[in-house]
Amino acid sequence: MSNHKKLEDFRQEIDKCVKCGACQAQCAVYKTLKRESTVARGKVAIAEALLDKDLPLNDRFVLDMSQCLLCGSCYDKCPNLVPTDEIVMAARREIAERQGLTTFGKVLTGVIKRPKLMETLVKGGQFFGPFLFKKIPDHSGLRLRFPVPFISQDRAIPEFSDQPFRSRYPELIPGDDDKPLVAFFTGCMINYTYPEVGEALVKVMRFMGFPLQIPQAQGCCGLPALAAGDEETVDLLADANVDAFAADKAEVVVTACASCHAGIGKHYRDMGGDYAVLGDKVVDVLKFLVDNGLVEKLQQLNHKDYKGETLRVTYHDPCHLRTQGITAEPRALLRALPGVEFVEMEGADRCCGLGGTFSVYHYDTSRKIGSRKADGIAASQADVVASACPGCMMQLQDSIQHAGLPQRVSHVLQLIAECLPE
Amino acid sequence: MLAPRVIRLLEDIVGSEQVTTDSTDMLCYSYDATQQTFLPDAVVFPENAEQVSLIMKMANVENIPVFPRGAGSGFTGGSLPTKGGVVLVTSRMDRIIEIDEDNLVATVQPGVVTEQFQQAVEKVGLFYPPDPASLKFSTLGGNAAECAGGPRCVKYGVTKDYILGLQVVTPQGDIIRTGGATMKGVVGYDLTKLMVGSEGTLGIITELIIKLLPLPEAKKTMLIMFNSIDGAAQAVSAIIRGKIIPTTLEFMDAATIDCVRKATDMELPEQAQAVLIVEVDGDADLIEKQAKRILEIVQPLGVVATRVAITAAESEDIWKVRRSVSASLRNVNPDKFNEDICVPRSKVPEMIRKVDLIAQKYDIPIVNFGHAGDGNIHVNIMIDSKVADQAERAEKAIKEVFAGALALGGTMSGEHGVGNTKAPYIPMELDPAAVAYMKAIKQALDPKNVLNPGKILLEDLETIEQAKQAN
Ligand SMILES: Cc1cc2nc3c(=O)[nH]c(=O)nc-3n(C[C@H](O)[C@H](O)[C@H](O)COP(=O)(O)OP(=O)(O)OC[C@H]3O[C@@H](n4cnc5c(N)ncnc54)[C@H](O)[C@@H]3O)c2cc1C
Ligand code: SF4
Ligand code: SF4
Repeated sequence: MSNHKKLEDFRQEIDKCVKCGACQAQCAVYKTLKRESTVARGKVAIAEALLDKDLPLNDRFVLDMSQCLLCGSCYDKCPNLVPTDEIVMAARREIAERQGLTTFGKVLTGVIKRPKLMETLVKGGQFFGPFLFKKIPDHSGLRLRFPVPFISQDRAIPEFSDQPFRSRYPELIPGDDDKPLVAFFTGCMINYTYPEVGEALVKVMRFMGFPLQIPQAQGCCGLPALAAGDEETVDLLADANVDAFAADKAEVVVTACASCHAGIGKHYRDMGGDYAVLGDKVVDVLKFLVDNGLVEKLQQLNHKDYKGETLRVTYHDPCHLRTQGITAEPRALLRALPGVEFVEMEGADRCCGLGGTFSVYHYDTSRKIGSRKADGIAASQADVVASACPGCMMQLQDSIQHAGLPQRVSHVLQLIAECLPE
Repeated sequence: MLAPRVIRLLEDIVGSEQVTTDSTDMLCYSYDATQQTFLPDAVVFPENAEQVSLIMKMANVENIPVFPRGAGSGFTGGSLPTKGGVVLVTSRMDRIIEIDEDNLVATVQPGVVTEQFQQAVEKVGLFYPPDPASLKFSTLGGNAAECAGGPRCVKYGVTKDYILGLQVVTPQGDIIRTGGATMKGVVGYDLTKLMVGSEGTLGIITELIIKLLPLPEAKKTMLIMFNSIDGAAQAVSAIIRGKIIPTTLEFMDAATIDCVRKATDMELPEQAQAVLIVEVDGDADLIEKQAKRILEIVQPLGVVATRVAITAAESEDIWKVRRSVSASLRNVNPDKFNEDICVPRSKVPEMIRKVDLIAQKYDIPIVNFGHAGDGNIHVNIMIDSKVADQAERAEKAIKEVFAGALALGGTMSGEHGVGNTKAPYIPMELDPAAVAYMKAIKQALDPKNVLNPGKILLEDLETIEQAKQAN
């Protein structure tokens, strides 16, 4: 039996949509393209029409289901809590299944026949360097996120690290005796492209005295595969992670990537069984730190120790944290940092436009969404844009670069780590 | 079905990218917040008045109905293509053309979303008060066409009070201007007022000149719980008699409070049989005094408890209670008929009592909340349409609710308009001569009946029924 609901299983949720149109205020894709088929209300209607056989599963359907960042913003504000993101993912599974292909991405690749993109194949390859890309396991979400032929040549992509984060540390980093063991789910982006975020996490945990376990056998959370409608891979990855974080170990699993937080948190909970047991342990690291008194500790740090100039920092809400109600914690931490002046930017809660594979297939739309984000960043006059998700960090960097802005992008953890005594 | 020739003509006008006949798009523009479905034959996305004008000229020559649409958030089906034809969407006409701080007026295109406009003017210290609950997604064109209102209307009035002038494409395709950017103007008929609230049946709005106010310095929000609906209603009259016009005076009846209890963290004690949310705005010192005075005035009327917001966050908490109403109603029953009758302020308690009796008579839950300050009551008849005969009972109940409102000197719709859903009830409210007068206007301006046919006026009822059956 499949661990994943079929589109048909979402009937009840689909019926809950009262067509009020409130999602028009939330959906970044709709706000950019302004076509009803792109907003949650439209997608839900289209999915229902497929179930009722009023619409065929054709190229148009594939495209419509690809026009979603899976950000969950619509669900968050929907008066009837219609889970459009999940409905879209179920539709993508349906597409892959009916077309007899392993992933929705493959179907979509066939639908978007843009020869120009092929030209960038070689140039895209340069970013990764075939040698470096070889280090990425076949099942890493990064391979789904950056299918080489589709990477636009002017997209800013972080370098792949020579030495993945997890290979830099032993499985267990000891801490204070009286503190419980905490496990760290790194996710692919921290492991391969932003190891410095992982380093910062290790430093902050050390400061807090928590013993840290970094299971070497962990892998990709599976969110990119889920977004690609590839249930088999999701199950494979989820099984591996359940084993790696076996029940006898830590009671808390922290993530520093908002997407992974949704991937091994929310989605594993939805899958039930052992997956849910792991999912229930997942906490975003910033929330964990605030709950364990880091704000107070930071306030006690002697401000005089801070040598640099005052840094103006603003914060971008990753959708996958915002829709889980985690918005105050990162801000509280930033406000508590010595030498940091926190400023709110306009549209902090607007999606950055990455949406995993979305930005790969719909780079133009993704960039337009990103450029609105850049407007808010520019107006904030901050020195640093902080966030809590490597995916957002990559997209923000890209938007900032295209807008010609001076800001640097950083994970909240990195800013905290910079302030801590060595 | 439209002839391929007609589609080509449309493509020539707006460009081929901006016309669609794809069945997916037809589905996506077949509905609005009423949840009815009528499939169009084509959807067009013009970007200026000239294109709209050419579309209307073509529609007259080819005899094709055209249905203007903003955000499709209407509650009475105004934007639905009840006869097939062309849906004309204003989403690309979404520019704020000018905010004139010297004259406190702004010029905008119809597709601008209400909240975006409010935020833009508030940035420069100005204020656009009309605040329909749909302001985050409805368009200014749609607001003007429906003459939308909201909680702040007690003090500030409705959309029509802020529209100084319009650019309109007439049903036959002429581009005209009505009113202007001046505060006064009496030359000719007041076509601006005629257009506002005409639900896209007399012309397509392509530009709006909007009056602005200075942004009030501060506001204060209070939630007052009463042990009876009468107490709350008397409080409304007492506040107004006390010569205070609050910004908002929202009420919820006992059934509504029951629904929201589960949905909010705010404590709403069992004795609370009615709630008023009162907000005042203006100079900081003045509103302190007003708030104090209001609490004094209402105290003898059975107040159970009060919450006075001090910070913006506390005020937000209070509004959250009000906003959670709509969604929490689903706990009562899955489907609802949402009517928005309006009665003279003083008749609110009498109306609520009538509604309670109707609910008992037809044995269906009815939940009432709304804008007590202006007598506008949202009567929500909650049914499960899958249960046999509930829908029919609801229909009968609605008719009695309307009759009840009319008997008290009220109207069957304060905000949501007529569209196609309330068209059958028009004769209950308007006398035949008034209907004839309206028909004469419509016929003179739109002799071929191509602009939003089948809305408001009854003559097209049969066609609606036919179209419904065809779908
Ligand atoms: C959750 C919710 C809450 C609501 N709350 C309120 C409320 O508090 N107060 C209230 O008054 N209404 C409310 N409404 C109803 C609705 O939002 C308003 O009627 C709104 O003004 C409709 O705007 P729209 O852009 O969605 O227009 P649409 O629904 O697209 O169209 C409405 C009508 O306007 C016409 N129209 C649209 N654009 C133009 C144009 N440019 N020129 C001519 N005609 C045009 C259409 O033909 C149609 O007849 C609510 C709706 C929802 C779903
Ligand atoms: S907000 Fe929710 S209920 Fe309303 S139209 Fe969107 S998905 Fe449907
Ligand atoms: S999940 Fe995000 S992108 Fe997808 S429909 Fe909802 S708001 Fe739009």
